[in-house]
Amino acid sequence: MALGGGVFVVVLIVTALAAPAIAPYDPIRQSLRARLAAPTLAAADGKAHLLGTDHLGRDVLSRTIYGARVSLLVGFAAVVVGGLVGATLGLLAGFRGGWADSVIMTLADAQLAFPFILLAIGIIAVLGPSFSTLIVVIGLSGWVTYARVLRSQVLVLRSYEFVDAIHALGGSVARVIARHILPNVLSSLVVIATLELARAIVLEATLSFLGLGVQPPTPSWGGMVHEGREYLDSAWWISTAPGIVLMLTSIIVSRTGDWLRDLLDPTLRGE
Amino acid sequence: MRGLLPFLASRLFRAAVALWLVSTVVFIVMRLSGDPVPLLLPPDAPRSEIFRVRAELGLDRPLPVQYVVFLGHVLRGDFGHSIHFRQPAFRVVLGYLPATFELGLTAFALALLVAVPIGVVSAVRRNTPIDHAAMGLALVGQSAPTFFIGILLILIVSLNLGLLPTSGRESWRHLVLPALTLGAFAMASIARLTRSAVLEVLRADYIRTARAKGVSEALVVTKHTLKNAAVPIVTITGLQFGTLLGGAVVTETVFAWPGIGRLAIQSIYNRDYPIVQCTVFLSAVLFIVINFCVDLVYGLLDPRVRAS
Repeated sequence: MALGGGVFVVVLIVTALAAPAIAPYDPIRQSLRARLAAPTLAAADGKAHLLGTDHLGRDVLSRTIYGARVSLLVGFAAVVVGGLVGATLGLLAGFRGGWADSVIMTLADAQLAFPFILLAIGIIAVLGPSFSTLIVVIGLSGWVTYARVLRSQVLVLRSYEFVDAIHALGGSVARVIARHILPNVLSSLVVIATLELARAIVLEATLSFLGLGVQPPTPSWGGMVHEGREYLDSAWWISTAPGIVLMLTSIIVSRTGDWLRDLLDPTLRGE
Repeated sequence: MRGLLPFLASRLFRAAVALWLVSTVVFIVMRLSGDPVPLLLPPDAPRSEIFRVRAELGLDRPLPVQYVVFLGHVLRGDFGHSIHFRQPAFRVVLGYLPATFELGLTAFALALLVAVPIGVVSAVRRNTPIDHAAMGLALVGQSAPTFFIGILLILIVSLNLGLLPTSGRESWRHLVLPALTLGAFAMASIARLTRSAVLEVLRADYIRTARAKGVSEALVVTKHTLKNAAVPIVTITGLQFGTLLGGAVVTETVFAWPGIGRLAIQSIYNRDYPIVQCTVFLSAVLFIVINFCVDLVYGLLDPRVRAS
Protein backbone atom coordinates (compact mmCIF):
# COMPACT_ATOMS: atom_id res chain seq x y z
CA MET A 1 0.00 0.00 0.00
CA ALA A 2 2.57 2.52 1.12
CA LEU A 3 4.95 1.48 -1.58
CA GLY A 4 2.18 1.78 -4.14
CA GLY A 5 1.37 5.28 -2.88
CA GLY A 6 4.98 6.36 -3.08
CA VAL A 7 5.40 4.92 -6.58
CA PHE A 8 2.22 6.66 -7.72
CA VAL A 9 3.41 10.04 -6.46
CA VAL A 10 6.84 9.59 -8.06
CA VAL A 11 5.24 8.60 -11.37
CA LEU A 12 3.02 11.66 -11.15
CA ILE A 13 5.96 13.97 -10.51
CA VAL A 14 7.97 12.47 -13.36
CA THR A 15 4.93 12.77 -15.64
CA ALA A 16 4.54 16.42 -14.75
CA LEU A 17 8.23 17.22 -15.22
CA ALA A 18 8.56 15.29 -18.46
CA ALA A 19 5.16 16.27 -19.85
CA PRO A 20 6.54 17.66 -23.14
CA ALA A 21 8.37 14.38 -23.78
CA ILE A 22 5.52 12.07 -22.74
CA ALA A 23 2.45 13.84 -24.08
CA PRO A 24 1.69 12.73 -27.64
CA TYR A 25 0.52 16.20 -28.76
CA ASP A 26 0.56 19.87 -27.87
CA PRO A 27 -2.13 20.20 -25.14
CA ILE A 28 -3.53 23.49 -26.45
CA ARG A 29 -3.38 22.83 -30.17
CA GLN A 30 -6.86 22.73 -31.62
CA SER A 31 -7.91 20.52 -34.46
CA LEU A 32 -11.36 21.41 -35.72
CA ARG A 33 -11.57 18.34 -37.94
CA ALA A 34 -11.17 16.03 -34.94
CA ARG A 35 -13.59 17.66 -32.53
CA LEU A 36 -15.23 15.45 -29.87
CA ALA A 37 -13.55 12.30 -31.22
CA ALA A 38 -14.07 9.26 -29.02
CA PRO A 39 -10.97 7.39 -27.79
CA THR A 40 -9.52 6.06 -31.04
CA LEU A 41 -6.38 5.06 -32.89
CA ALA A 42 -7.32 7.03 -35.99
CA ALA A 43 -9.47 10.13 -35.69
CA ALA A 44 -10.72 12.33 -38.52
CA ASP A 45 -7.38 14.15 -38.51
CA GLY A 46 -5.63 10.82 -39.03
CA LYS A 47 -4.05 10.78 -35.57
CA ALA A 48 -4.43 8.47 -32.58
CA HIS A 49 -6.26 9.99 -29.58
CA LEU A 50 -6.13 7.34 -26.88
CA LEU A 51 -8.46 9.30 -24.57
CA GLY A 52 -10.34 11.11 -27.33
CA THR A 53 -10.48 14.84 -28.01
CA ASP A 54 -12.47 17.71 -26.54
CA HIS A 55 -14.86 20.25 -28.09
CA LEU A 56 -11.93 22.08 -29.70
CA GLY A 57 -10.27 18.92 -30.96
CA ARG A 58 -7.51 19.03 -28.34
CA ASP A 59 -6.04 15.70 -27.25
CA VAL A 60 -7.48 14.73 -23.84
CA LEU A 61 -4.54 12.48 -22.94
CA SER A 62 -2.01 15.25 -23.59
CA ARG A 63 -4.10 17.72 -21.62
CA THR A 64 -4.45 15.32 -18.69
CA ILE A 65 -0.67 14.78 -18.66
CA TYR A 66 -0.01 18.53 -18.70
CA GLY A 67 -2.74 18.98 -16.09
CA ALA A 68 -0.52 17.15 -13.60
CA ARG A 69 1.86 20.12 -13.79
CA VAL A 70 -0.75 22.58 -12.55
CA SER A 71 -2.02 20.27 -9.82
CA LEU A 72 1.42 19.46 -8.45
CA LEU A 73 2.81 22.97 -8.83
CA VAL A 74 -0.10 24.59 -7.02
CA GLY A 75 -0.27 21.72 -4.54
CA PHE A 76 3.38 21.75 -3.51
CA ALA A 77 3.65 25.56 -3.55
CA ALA A 78 0.52 25.87 -1.40
CA VAL A 79 1.93 23.34 1.07
CA VAL A 80 5.16 25.37 1.29
CA VAL A 81 3.25 28.65 1.81
CA GLY A 82 0.94 27.12 4.43
CA GLY A 83 3.84 25.36 6.14
CA LEU A 84 6.02 28.47 6.35
CA VAL A 85 3.22 30.70 7.62
CA GLY A 86 1.93 28.04 10.03
CA ALA A 87 5.37 27.14 11.36
CA THR A 88 6.36 30.77 11.90
CA LEU A 89 3.12 31.64 13.67
CA GLY A 90 3.25 28.43 15.73
CA LEU A 91 6.82 29.11 16.89
CA LEU A 92 5.96 32.72 17.62
CA ALA A 93 2.88 31.74 19.63
CA GLY A 94 4.84 29.15 21.58
CA PHE A 95 7.90 31.25 22.38
CA ARG A 96 6.27 34.62 22.94
CA GLY A 97 3.16 33.42 24.75
CA GLY A 98 1.01 36.23 26.13
CA TRP A 99 -0.97 38.36 23.73
CA ALA A 100 0.84 37.08 20.61
CA ASP A 101 -0.23 33.56 21.54
CA SER A 102 -3.83 34.64 22.22
CA VAL A 103 -4.12 36.55 18.95
CA ILE A 104 -2.64 33.75 16.85
CA MET A 105 -4.72 31.02 18.44
CA THR A 106 -7.91 33.09 18.22
CA LEU A 107 -7.20 33.59 14.53
CA ALA A 108 -6.71 29.84 14.15
CA ASP A 109 -9.99 29.12 15.92
CA ALA A 110 -11.81 31.68 13.84
CA GLN A 111 -10.45 30.23 10.61
CA LEU A 112 -11.47 26.72 11.62
CA ALA A 113 -14.91 28.08 12.47
CA PHE A 114 -15.50 28.92 8.84
CA PRO A 115 -15.76 27.00 5.57
CA PHE A 116 -12.66 28.43 3.96
CA ILE A 117 -13.78 27.74 0.41
CA LEU A 118 -16.36 30.51 0.75
CA LEU A 119 -13.73 33.03 1.76
CA ALA A 120 -11.42 31.75 -0.98
CA ILE A 121 -14.18 32.29 -3.51
CA GLY A 122 -14.77 35.82 -2.24
CA ILE A 123 -11.09 36.73 -2.33
CA ILE A 124 -10.43 35.25 -5.77
CA ALA A 125 -13.60 36.83 -7.12
CA VAL A 126 -12.29 40.24 -6.21
CA LEU A 127 -8.58 39.87 -6.89
CA GLY A 128 -9.11 37.89 -10.08
CA PRO A 129 -7.79 34.38 -10.62
CA SER A 130 -4.07 33.96 -11.14
CA PHE A 131 -1.44 31.38 -10.24
CA SER A 132 -0.04 33.42 -7.38
CA THR A 133 -3.44 34.29 -5.87
CA LEU A 134 -4.39 30.64 -6.07
CA ILE A 135 -1.23 29.47 -4.32
CA VAL A 136 -1.47 32.07 -1.56
CA VAL A 137 -5.18 31.49 -0.91
CA ILE A 138 -4.90 27.69 -0.90
CA GLY A 139 -1.71 27.88 1.15
CA LEU A 140 -3.23 30.17 3.75
CA SER A 141 -6.24 27.89 4.05
CA GLY A 142 -3.98 25.27 5.63
CA TRP A 143 -1.65 27.01 8.08
CA VAL A 144 -3.57 26.17 11.25
CA THR A 145 -2.52 22.54 11.73
CA TYR A 146 1.19 23.33 11.36
CA ALA A 147 0.90 26.20 13.84
CA ARG A 148 -0.86 24.07 16.43
CA VAL A 149 1.64 21.22 16.27
CA LEU A 150 4.68 23.51 16.50
CA ARG A 151 3.18 25.58 19.27
CA SER A 152 2.41 22.59 21.45
CA GLN A 153 5.90 21.21 20.82
CA VAL A 154 7.44 24.52 21.92
CA LEU A 155 5.27 24.58 25.04
CA VAL A 156 6.43 21.07 25.95
CA LEU A 157 10.10 21.85 25.38
CA ARG A 158 10.01 25.19 27.17
CA SER A 159 9.25 23.41 30.40
CA TYR A 160 12.45 21.36 30.22
CA GLU A 161 15.47 22.48 32.16
CA PHE A 162 17.91 21.86 29.36
CA VAL A 163 16.27 24.68 27.40
CA ASP A 164 16.93 27.04 30.30
CA ALA A 165 20.47 25.69 30.38
CA ILE A 166 20.96 26.50 26.70
CA HIS A 167 19.73 30.02 27.31
CA ALA A 168 21.99 30.35 30.34
CA LEU A 169 24.96 29.25 28.27
CA GLY A 170 24.16 31.93 25.74
CA GLY A 171 22.47 29.68 23.14
CA SER A 172 20.05 31.55 20.91
CA VAL A 173 16.38 30.85 20.27
CA ALA A 174 17.33 29.91 16.71
CA ARG A 175 19.58 27.21 18.11
CA VAL A 176 16.79 25.79 20.25
CA ILE A 177 14.52 25.76 17.24
CA ALA A 178 17.04 24.17 14.88
CA ARG A 179 18.55 21.61 17.25
CA HIS A 180 15.66 20.65 19.50
CA ILE A 181 12.29 21.63 18.13
CA LEU A 182 12.54 20.84 14.43
CA PRO A 183 13.94 17.31 14.88
CA ASN A 184 11.08 16.59 17.27
CA VAL A 185 8.32 17.78 14.97
CA LEU A 186 9.79 16.72 11.66
CA SER A 187 7.77 13.53 11.38
CA SER A 188 4.55 15.35 12.33
CA LEU A 189 5.30 17.99 9.72
CA VAL A 190 5.84 15.36 7.02
CA VAL A 191 2.49 13.76 7.86
CA ILE A 192 0.63 17.08 7.88
CA ALA A 193 2.29 18.18 4.64
CA THR A 194 1.23 14.96 2.87
CA LEU A 195 -2.38 15.30 3.98
CA GLU A 196 -2.29 19.00 3.09
CA LEU A 197 -0.97 18.17 -0.38
CA ALA A 198 -4.05 16.05 -1.08
CA ARG A 199 -6.30 18.80 0.23
CA ALA A 200 -4.53 21.51 -1.80
CA ILE A 201 -4.78 19.50 -5.03
CA VAL A 202 -8.50 18.94 -4.53
CA LEU A 203 -9.08 22.60 -3.60
CA GLU A 204 -7.21 23.79 -6.71
CA ALA A 205 -9.24 21.43 -8.89
CA THR A 206 -12.47 22.58 -7.24
CA LEU A 207 -11.66 26.26 -7.77
CA SER A 208 -10.63 25.58 -11.38
CA PHE A 209 -13.88 23.65 -11.88
CA LEU A 210 -15.80 26.70 -10.63
CA GLY A 211 -13.89 28.88 -13.10
CA LEU A 212 -11.96 30.62 -10.32
CA GLY A 213 -8.69 28.71 -10.62
CA VAL A 214 -6.31 28.17 -13.47
CA GLN A 215 -7.65 29.91 -16.54
CA PRO A 216 -7.99 28.39 -20.02
CA PRO A 217 -6.31 27.42 -22.22
CA THR A 218 -3.84 26.12 -19.60
CA PRO A 219 -4.97 22.54 -18.95
CA SER A 220 -5.89 21.73 -15.36
CA TRP A 221 -7.84 18.69 -14.20
CA GLY A 222 -10.63 20.72 -12.56
CA GLY A 223 -10.90 23.02 -15.56
CA MET A 224 -11.09 20.04 -17.93
CA VAL A 225 -13.93 18.45 -15.95
CA HIS A 226 -15.68 21.81 -16.18
CA GLU A 227 -15.17 22.07 -19.95
CA GLY A 228 -16.42 18.55 -20.52
CA ARG A 229 -19.53 19.04 -18.42
CA GLU A 230 -21.62 20.30 -21.32
CA TYR A 231 -20.63 17.29 -23.41
CA LEU A 232 -21.29 14.58 -20.79
CA ASP A 233 -24.08 13.29 -22.97
CA SER A 234 -22.09 13.01 -26.19
CA ALA A 235 -18.41 13.00 -25.17
CA TRP A 236 -18.14 11.61 -21.66
CA TRP A 237 -14.37 11.09 -21.90
CA ILE A 238 -13.54 14.81 -21.70
CA SER A 239 -14.59 15.07 -18.04
CA THR A 240 -14.03 11.50 -16.96
CA ALA A 241 -10.37 11.09 -17.88
CA PRO A 242 -8.98 14.02 -15.85
CA GLY A 243 -11.59 13.45 -13.14
CA ILE A 244 -10.54 9.87 -12.51
CA VAL A 245 -6.86 10.80 -12.42
CA LEU A 246 -7.68 13.57 -9.94
CA MET A 247 -9.76 11.24 -7.78
CA LEU A 248 -7.01 8.60 -7.75
CA THR A 249 -4.40 11.20 -6.87
CA SER A 250 -6.48 12.53 -4.01
CA ILE A 251 -7.27 9.08 -2.61
CA ILE A 252 -3.73 7.75 -2.92
CA VAL A 253 -1.98 10.83 -1.54
CA SER A 254 -4.30 11.09 1.45
CA ARG A 255 -4.05 7.34 2.11
CA THR A 256 -0.26 7.68 2.04
CA GLY A 257 -0.63 10.50 4.58
CA ASP A 258 -2.80 8.29 6.81
CA TRP A 259 -0.29 5.51 6.54
CA LEU A 260 2.63 7.82 7.36
CA ARG A 261 0.70 9.10 10.35
CA ASP A 262 0.12 5.63 11.74
CA LEU A 263 3.76 4.81 11.14
CA LEU A 264 5.48 7.97 12.36
CA ASP A 265 3.16 9.68 14.71
CA PRO A 266 0.12 7.89 16.11
CA THR A 267 -0.57 10.86 18.41
CA LEU A 268 -1.81 12.89 15.45
CA ARG A 269 -4.84 10.63 15.03
CA GLY A 270 -8.11 12.50 15.10
CA GLU A 271 -6.59 15.88 14.21
CA MET B 1 -25.95 23.00 35.31
CA ARG B 2 -22.88 24.51 36.96
CA GLY B 3 -20.32 25.75 34.53
CA LEU B 4 -22.83 26.16 31.73
CA LEU B 5 -22.85 29.96 31.84
CA PRO B 6 -19.08 30.48 31.53
CA PHE B 7 -19.05 27.83 28.80
CA LEU B 8 -21.81 29.68 26.97
CA ALA B 9 -20.03 33.00 27.39
CA SER B 10 -16.73 31.71 26.01
CA ARG B 11 -18.44 30.13 23.00
CA LEU B 12 -20.43 33.29 22.38
CA PHE B 13 -17.24 35.35 22.53
CA ARG B 14 -15.52 33.04 20.06
CA ALA B 15 -18.48 33.25 17.67
CA ALA B 16 -18.45 37.05 17.90
CA VAL B 17 -14.71 37.20 17.17
CA ALA B 18 -15.13 34.90 14.17
CA LEU B 19 -17.93 37.09 12.80
CA TRP B 20 -15.93 40.27 13.30
CA LEU B 21 -12.93 38.72 11.53
CA VAL B 22 -15.06 37.62 8.60
CA SER B 23 -16.57 41.09 8.20
CA THR B 24 -13.14 42.70 8.43
CA VAL B 25 -11.69 40.39 5.79
CA VAL B 26 -14.69 41.09 3.57
CA PHE B 27 -14.13 44.83 4.02
CA ILE B 28 -10.40 44.65 3.27
CA VAL B 29 -10.93 42.49 0.21
CA MET B 30 -13.64 44.77 -1.14
CA ARG B 31 -11.39 47.82 -0.73
CA LEU B 32 -8.45 46.00 -2.33
CA SER B 33 -10.57 45.42 -5.38
CA GLY B 34 -10.49 49.10 -6.26
CA ASP B 35 -13.21 51.55 -7.12
CA PRO B 36 -16.60 49.91 -7.73
CA VAL B 37 -18.14 53.14 -9.09
CA PRO B 38 -17.17 52.68 -12.77
CA LEU B 39 -18.99 49.31 -12.62
CA LEU B 40 -22.17 51.02 -11.50
CA LEU B 41 -22.21 53.70 -14.16
CA PRO B 42 -22.24 53.65 -17.94
CA PRO B 43 -18.71 53.90 -19.39
CA ASP B 44 -19.29 57.42 -20.75
CA ALA B 45 -20.53 58.90 -17.45
CA PRO B 46 -19.17 62.42 -16.77
CA ARG B 47 -16.61 62.95 -14.00
CA SER B 48 -19.09 64.94 -11.95
CA GLU B 49 -21.43 61.96 -11.93
CA ILE B 50 -18.62 59.63 -10.80
CA PHE B 51 -17.80 61.99 -7.93
CA ARG B 52 -21.46 62.25 -6.95
CA VAL B 53 -21.93 58.47 -6.76
CA ARG B 54 -18.63 58.08 -4.94
CA ALA B 55 -19.79 60.56 -2.29
CA GLU B 56 -23.20 58.89 -2.15
CA LEU B 57 -21.57 55.54 -1.35
CA GLY B 58 -19.28 57.19 1.19
CA LEU B 59 -16.16 56.17 -0.72
CA ASP B 60 -14.67 59.66 -0.43
CA ARG B 61 -14.35 59.36 3.34
CA PRO B 62 -11.26 58.16 5.26
CA LEU B 63 -10.86 54.35 5.41
CA PRO B 64 -11.38 54.00 9.19
CA VAL B 65 -14.67 55.91 8.88
CA GLN B 66 -15.70 53.70 5.96
CA TYR B 67 -14.85 50.65 8.06
CA VAL B 68 -17.05 51.76 10.97
CA VAL B 69 -19.90 52.67 8.62
CA PHE B 70 -19.49 49.27 6.91
CA LEU B 71 -19.71 47.40 10.23
CA GLY B 72 -22.85 49.37 11.07
CA HIS B 73 -24.41 48.42 7.74
CA VAL B 74 -23.47 44.77 8.18
CA LEU B 75 -25.13 44.68 11.60
CA ARG B 76 -28.33 45.94 9.98
CA GLY B 77 -28.11 43.44 7.12
CA ASP B 78 -27.45 46.22 4.61
CA PHE B 79 -25.02 45.05 1.92
CA GLY B 80 -25.98 47.59 -0.70
CA HIS B 81 -27.88 47.14 -3.94
CA SER B 82 -27.38 44.24 -6.31
CA ILE B 83 -26.14 45.56 -9.62
CA HIS B 84 -27.70 42.68 -11.55
CA PHE B 85 -31.05 42.26 -9.75
CA ARG B 86 -31.60 45.98 -8.96
CA GLN B 87 -32.78 45.09 -5.47
CA PRO B 88 -31.21 45.15 -1.99
CA ALA B 89 -28.59 42.38 -1.99
CA PHE B 90 -29.79 41.01 1.33
CA ARG B 91 -33.32 40.50 0.02
CA VAL B 92 -32.06 38.73 -3.12
CA VAL B 93 -29.90 36.35 -1.10
CA LEU B 94 -32.72 35.58 1.34
CA GLY B 95 -34.84 34.55 -1.63
CA TYR B 96 -32.28 31.90 -2.61
CA LEU B 97 -31.80 30.60 0.91
CA PRO B 98 -34.74 28.12 1.10
CA ALA B 99 -33.36 26.06 -1.80
CA THR B 100 -29.99 25.77 -0.05
CA PHE B 101 -31.68 24.76 3.20
CA GLU B 102 -33.77 22.15 1.41
CA LEU B 103 -30.69 20.66 -0.21
CA GLY B 104 -28.54 20.86 2.92
CA LEU B 105 -31.09 19.29 5.24
CA THR B 106 -31.89 16.49 2.78
CA ALA B 107 -28.20 15.75 2.25
CA PHE B 108 -27.68 15.69 5.97
CA ALA B 109 -30.65 13.44 6.70
CA LEU B 110 -29.62 11.11 3.89
CA ALA B 111 -26.04 10.97 5.20
CA LEU B 112 -27.21 10.08 8.70
CA LEU B 113 -29.77 7.50 7.57
CA VAL B 114 -27.24 5.69 5.41
CA ALA B 115 -24.06 6.16 7.43
CA VAL B 116 -25.09 5.16 10.94
CA PRO B 117 -26.49 1.71 10.01
CA ILE B 118 -23.47 1.07 7.77
CA GLY B 119 -21.09 2.04 10.55
CA VAL B 120 -22.85 -0.22 13.06
CA VAL B 121 -22.95 -3.19 10.69
CA SER B 122 -19.28 -2.68 9.83
CA ALA B 123 -18.34 -2.68 13.51
CA VAL B 124 -20.44 -5.68 14.43
CA ARG B 125 -19.24 -7.64 11.39
CA ARG B 126 -15.72 -6.28 11.46
CA ASN B 127 -13.11 -7.71 9.12
CA THR B 128 -15.74 -9.37 6.97
CA PRO B 129 -16.14 -8.55 3.26
CA ILE B 130 -19.11 -6.29 4.15
CA ASP B 131 -16.91 -4.26 6.48
CA HIS B 132 -14.07 -3.99 3.96
CA ALA B 133 -16.40 -2.96 1.15
CA ALA B 134 -18.19 -0.35 3.26
CA MET B 135 -15.01 1.17 4.62
CA GLY B 136 -13.33 1.15 1.21
CA LEU B 137 -16.28 3.06 -0.19
CA ALA B 138 -16.14 5.45 2.77
CA LEU B 139 -12.48 6.19 2.03
CA VAL B 140 -13.34 7.03 -1.55
CA GLY B 141 -16.23 9.21 -0.37
CA GLN B 142 -13.95 11.08 1.97
CA SER B 143 -11.21 11.88 -0.49
CA ALA B 144 -12.98 12.15 -3.85
CA PRO B 145 -13.65 15.74 -4.92
CA THR B 146 -17.32 16.67 -4.49
CA PHE B 147 -17.71 18.07 -7.98
CA PHE B 148 -16.47 14.88 -9.62
CA ILE B 149 -18.79 12.72 -7.53
CA GLY B 150 -21.60 14.88 -8.90
CA ILE B 151 -20.37 14.53 -12.49
CA LEU B 152 -20.08 10.74 -12.12
CA LEU B 153 -23.60 10.47 -10.68
CA ILE B 154 -25.00 12.54 -13.55
CA LEU B 155 -23.12 10.44 -16.07
CA ILE B 156 -24.14 7.07 -14.65
CA VAL B 157 -27.54 7.58 -13.01
CA SER B 158 -29.04 10.28 -15.23
CA LEU B 159 -27.48 9.88 -18.66
CA ASN B 160 -26.72 6.16 -18.84
CA LEU B 161 -29.50 4.68 -16.75
CA GLY B 162 -31.97 7.53 -17.30
CA LEU B 163 -33.28 7.20 -13.74
CA LEU B 164 -33.14 10.77 -12.44
CA PRO B 165 -33.00 14.29 -13.93
CA THR B 166 -29.61 15.96 -14.37
CA SER B 167 -30.39 19.44 -13.05
CA GLY B 168 -32.95 21.92 -11.82
CA ARG B 169 -35.34 22.01 -8.88
CA GLU B 170 -38.84 20.81 -9.64
CA SER B 171 -39.77 17.60 -7.84
CA TRP B 172 -38.22 15.33 -5.23
CA ARG B 173 -36.55 13.43 -8.06
CA HIS B 174 -34.42 16.50 -8.76
CA LEU B 175 -33.27 16.49 -5.17
CA VAL B 176 -31.83 12.96 -4.97
CA LEU B 177 -28.53 13.30 -6.87
CA PRO B 178 -27.56 16.73 -5.46
CA ALA B 179 -28.33 15.52 -1.93
CA LEU B 180 -26.23 12.36 -2.46
CA THR B 181 -23.35 14.41 -3.86
CA LEU B 182 -23.42 17.00 -1.11
CA GLY B 183 -23.87 14.36 1.57
CA ALA B 184 -21.15 11.99 0.31
CA PHE B 185 -18.34 13.42 2.41
CA ALA B 186 -20.44 13.62 5.57
CA MET B 187 -21.78 10.13 4.92
CA ALA B 188 -18.28 8.69 4.65
CA SER B 189 -17.02 10.50 7.75
CA ILE B 190 -20.03 9.56 9.86
CA ALA B 191 -19.86 5.90 8.78
CA ARG B 192 -16.16 5.65 9.68
CA LEU B 193 -16.66 7.37 13.01
CA THR B 194 -19.73 5.31 13.91
CA ARG B 195 -17.75 2.16 13.22
CA SER B 196 -14.87 3.16 15.48
CA ALA B 197 -17.18 4.51 18.21
CA VAL B 198 -19.20 1.27 18.25
CA LEU B 199 -16.02 -0.84 18.24
CA GLU B 200 -14.75 1.15 21.20
CA VAL B 201 -17.91 0.53 23.21
CA LEU B 202 -18.08 -3.16 22.24
CA ARG B 203 -14.75 -3.63 24.01
CA ALA B 204 -16.04 -2.10 27.27
CA ASP B 205 -16.44 -4.15 30.43
CA TYR B 206 -20.14 -3.48 30.77
CA ILE B 207 -20.75 -5.02 27.37
CA ARG B 208 -18.98 -8.17 28.50
CA THR B 209 -21.14 -8.11 31.63
CA ALA B 210 -24.28 -7.73 29.54
CA ARG B 211 -23.27 -10.66 27.36
CA ALA B 212 -22.38 -12.73 30.44
CA LYS B 213 -25.84 -12.01 31.82
CA GLY B 214 -27.22 -13.61 28.68
CA VAL B 215 -28.51 -10.48 26.97
CA SER B 216 -29.11 -11.24 23.29
CA GLU B 217 -26.60 -9.88 20.78
CA ALA B 218 -29.26 -7.73 19.14
CA LEU B 219 -30.10 -6.07 22.45
CA VAL B 220 -26.42 -5.60 23.27
CA VAL B 221 -25.94 -3.66 20.06
CA THR B 222 -29.14 -1.61 20.06
CA LYS B 223 -29.58 -0.88 23.74
CA HIS B 224 -26.18 -1.01 25.39
CA THR B 225 -23.83 0.03 22.61
CA LEU B 226 -25.57 2.64 20.48
CA LYS B 227 -26.52 4.82 23.42
CA ASN B 228 -22.95 5.05 24.59
CA ALA B 229 -21.49 5.48 21.14
CA ALA B 230 -23.85 8.39 20.50
CA VAL B 231 -21.77 11.26 21.93
CA PRO B 232 -18.87 11.18 19.44
CA ILE B 233 -21.34 10.51 16.63
CA VAL B 234 -23.40 13.58 17.59
CA THR B 235 -20.25 15.73 17.62
CA ILE B 236 -18.89 14.79 14.25
CA THR B 237 -22.40 14.98 12.82
CA GLY B 238 -22.77 18.54 14.02
CA LEU B 239 -19.41 19.53 12.60
CA GLN B 240 -20.29 17.91 9.28
CA PHE B 241 -23.44 19.98 9.08
CA GLY B 242 -21.43 23.17 9.01
CA THR B 243 -19.07 21.85 6.36
CA LEU B 244 -22.01 21.06 4.10
CA LEU B 245 -22.39 24.79 3.48
CA GLY B 246 -19.00 24.92 1.76
CA GLY B 247 -19.88 21.90 -0.38
CA ALA B 248 -23.17 23.51 -1.36
CA VAL B 249 -21.34 26.00 -3.59
CA VAL B 250 -19.93 23.18 -5.69
CA THR B 251 -22.98 20.91 -5.63
CA GLU B 252 -25.40 23.68 -6.57
CA THR B 253 -23.17 24.66 -9.47
CA VAL B 254 -22.94 21.09 -10.79
CA PHE B 255 -26.69 20.47 -10.63
CA ALA B 256 -27.90 24.02 -11.44
CA TRP B 257 -29.64 24.05 -8.07
CA PRO B 258 -30.97 27.58 -7.44
CA GLY B 259 -29.49 28.19 -3.98
CA ILE B 260 -27.10 30.76 -2.55
CA GLY B 261 -23.98 28.81 -3.53
CA ARG B 262 -24.79 28.95 -7.22
CA LEU B 263 -25.95 32.54 -6.79
CA ALA B 264 -22.52 33.43 -5.36
CA ILE B 265 -20.66 31.89 -8.30
CA GLN B 266 -22.95 33.50 -10.87
CA SER B 267 -22.62 36.85 -9.13
CA ILE B 268 -18.85 36.56 -9.42
CA TYR B 269 -19.24 36.10 -13.18
CA ASN B 270 -21.65 39.08 -13.24
CA ARG B 271 -19.25 41.15 -11.09
CA ASP B 272 -22.17 41.69 -8.74
CA TYR B 273 -20.04 42.25 -5.65
CA PRO B 274 -22.79 43.24 -3.18
CA ILE B 275 -24.34 39.80 -3.69
CA VAL B 276 -20.99 38.00 -3.36
CA GLN B 277 -20.27 39.93 -0.18
CA CYS B 278 -23.70 39.19 1.23
CA THR B 279 -23.62 35.44 0.47
CA VAL B 280 -20.15 35.03 1.94
CA PHE B 281 -21.15 36.91 5.04
CA LEU B 282 -24.52 35.21 5.46
CA SER B 283 -22.97 31.74 5.03
CA ALA B 284 -20.39 32.65 7.65
CA VAL B 285 -23.15 33.69 10.05
CA LEU B 286 -25.07 30.47 9.39
CA PHE B 287 -21.98 28.34 9.82
CA ILE B 288 -21.03 30.02 13.07
CA VAL B 289 -24.58 29.88 14.46
CA ILE B 290 -24.83 26.16 13.59
CA ASN B 291 -21.49 25.40 15.23
CA PHE B 292 -22.53 27.41 18.27
CA CYS B 293 -25.73 25.37 18.58
CA VAL B 294 -23.79 22.13 18.18
CA ASP B 295 -21.41 23.20 20.95
CA LEU B 296 -24.38 24.08 23.11
CA VAL B 297 -26.14 20.76 22.61
CA TYR B 298 -22.88 19.00 23.20
CA GLY B 299 -22.26 20.95 26.40
CA LEU B 300 -25.74 20.02 27.61
CA LEU B 301 -25.29 16.35 26.72
CA ASP B 302 -21.85 15.87 28.17
CA PRO B 303 -20.90 17.85 31.31
CA ARG B 304 -17.23 17.04 30.80
CA VAL B 305 -17.09 19.31 27.76
CA ARG B 306 -17.98 22.37 29.81
CA ALA B 307 -14.98 21.91 32.03
CA SER B 308 -12.44 21.96 29.22
